[in-house]
Amino acid sequence: MSDMESSVAEKMPTVSVGETVARRDASGDRPRQTVFDVRDLTVRYGGNPALAGVSLEIHENAVTAFIGPSGCGKSTFIRCFNRMNDLIPSATVEGEVLYRGEDLYGKDVDPVNVRQLIGMVFQKPNPFPKSIYDNVAFGPRVLGWKQELDERVEQSLRQAALWDEVKDRLRDSALSLSGGQQQRLCIARALAVEPEVILMDEPASALDPISTTRIEDLMHELKRDYTIVIVTHNMQQAARVADMTAFFSVDVSSGGRTGILVEYDETQKIFTKPSDQRTEDYVTGRFG
Amino acid sequence: MSTLATSTALRQPRKRSRVLGWAFLAYLLLSLAVGFTTLGALLVDVLQRGLPFLDRILIFEVPSVDPNIAGARPAILGTIYLMGIVFALSVPLGVGTALYLEEYANRDRWYNRLLEVNIQNLAAVPSIIYGILGLAFIVRGPIGLGFVLLSGGLILTLLVLPVVIIAAREAIRAVPSSIREGGLALGATQWQVIWRSVLPAALPGMATGTILALSRAIGETAPLLLIGGLTYVAFNPTLLGPFTALPIQIYNWTAQPQEQFRLLAAGAIILLLALLLTMNALAIWLRNRYQKRW
Repeated sequence: MSDMESSVAEKMPTVSVGETVARRDASGDRPRQTVFDVRDLTVRYGGNPALAGVSLEIHENAVTAFIGPSGCGKSTFIRCFNRMNDLIPSATVEGEVLYRGEDLYGKDVDPVNVRQLIGMVFQKPNPFPKSIYDNVAFGPRVLGWKQELDERVEQSLRQAALWDEVKDRLRDSALSLSGGQQQRLCIARALAVEPEVILMDEPASALDPISTTRIEDLMHELKRDYTIVIVTHNMQQAARVADMTAFFSVDVSSGGRTGILVEYDETQKIFTKPSDQRTEDYVTGRFG
Repeated sequence: MSTLATSTALRQPRKRSRVLGWAFLAYLLLSLAVGFTTLGALLVDVLQRGLPFLDRILIFEVPSVDPNIAGARPAILGTIYLMGIVFALSVPLGVGTALYLEEYANRDRWYNRLLEVNIQNLAAVPSIIYGILGLAFIVRGPIGLGFVLLSGGLILTLLVLPVVIIAAREAIRAVPSSIREGGLALGATQWQVIWRSVLPAALPGMATGTILALSRAIGETAPLLLIGGLTYVAFNPTLLGPFTALPIQIYNWTAQPQEQFRLLAAGAIILLLALLLTMNALAIWLRNRYQKRW
């Protein structure tokens, strides 16, 4: 275990975090804030770690993508950011996930509050079997935000680029929408509770190419106001939408399958000049 | 391949498997026929004998030694009251237990697994055992309610509770976990997710299961006999008074020597059947009406 951690650390010379924090974003008007600072994170389901020794920083108003082959722990990892792994009784998390300096796994932190600030969109669209309106209003209602609900619903649907398609049938069942519309509804639903971060776990993998494009366009729009983290096994998608990309791989040396972070850098660099041979093999399609 | 060979391949007889196929179908039809003719014969017989007696007297009069003026009003009311008690008690208890087991219980804990196995076993315990339990603990013993309607309701509740729990668990389990995750990811508490998403989605299934469980209770005679479901009650039952129920009334009438009482029993059977069919129809309607497609 400790062997592997050190070997991972050796192989990650590019994860020099201080440098990226200081860098200014494209418009150059302000330095990028660190939203998440993950320190030596290990997740276990029972005994064997599913993910070990991951450290990285995620920046504000950027799209960060996690890529890697199946079983590399990227979905497990993204679920640490809003404590969704708490729902699995056998899951244990070691290490720290600092959100603006606060440890999300700290003693007094309520996962319910974490999940309001850090929203999530899932692989398969999962609208509630309610009306379109009630889907978006669900979050505000459970938080007790009853004022100006109509305006909030409209604004969220507009932000998710769905308003024009559904404004005349807000009372229809959400299940009557197409798959792509359902996914944008789920994004609108997440936006309605005013999160700061949106986690997306393969949000387009169940969608057709046109719907996928719309979701990707949406990510470009949303990153002005939100920090976006996305898991994808579609490398082109990462290349299209992400500012930063983390490549995960599977380590089998410990006997089980353990996910490790191989390389984390600007997307451009990951896809053109990766520092690690394994990253290069993956992005050039030689494995995975 | 030549045309001739193809033609042969298309027409080659496979007698053996065809005969087996027919034989199997015949066996299936026979199985069906045994069940249906028995049930049909019973129904026809009961209808023929009972229908003339299914009248105002049967429904609105109290039992009597004279079959011409004997009715089953106390038994009908008793059955309705019993069902009311069973429904009012078994739904909150059953749904609560099911919610705990499905949503809160950690299955890795031995006591939760023990609980599950026990509930499944309880569903298969013969009803007379519940009667004995009720006699010892509810009628006499620590609770000591006596031979009253409420005791009967409590015992029938115990009897159907495992079935209600199992049906409610099935309904809760049919709600996909993505619905729960979706709610939790919006910052809802577990309680809010259960109350606003899981329960509404599981409700039709729960209702169906509960009604089917009730229709098991409605025909139960054994445990009620044991705790003194009196067979002669000439007044409307009350919660804390002596009572009788339709199945017991039927049982009693069939045991009488006079032929006319047996015809009255046939009339009461039709009444019980009608109640049962209505409840089952309601269950099926509910299921079809509110069935969720994910």
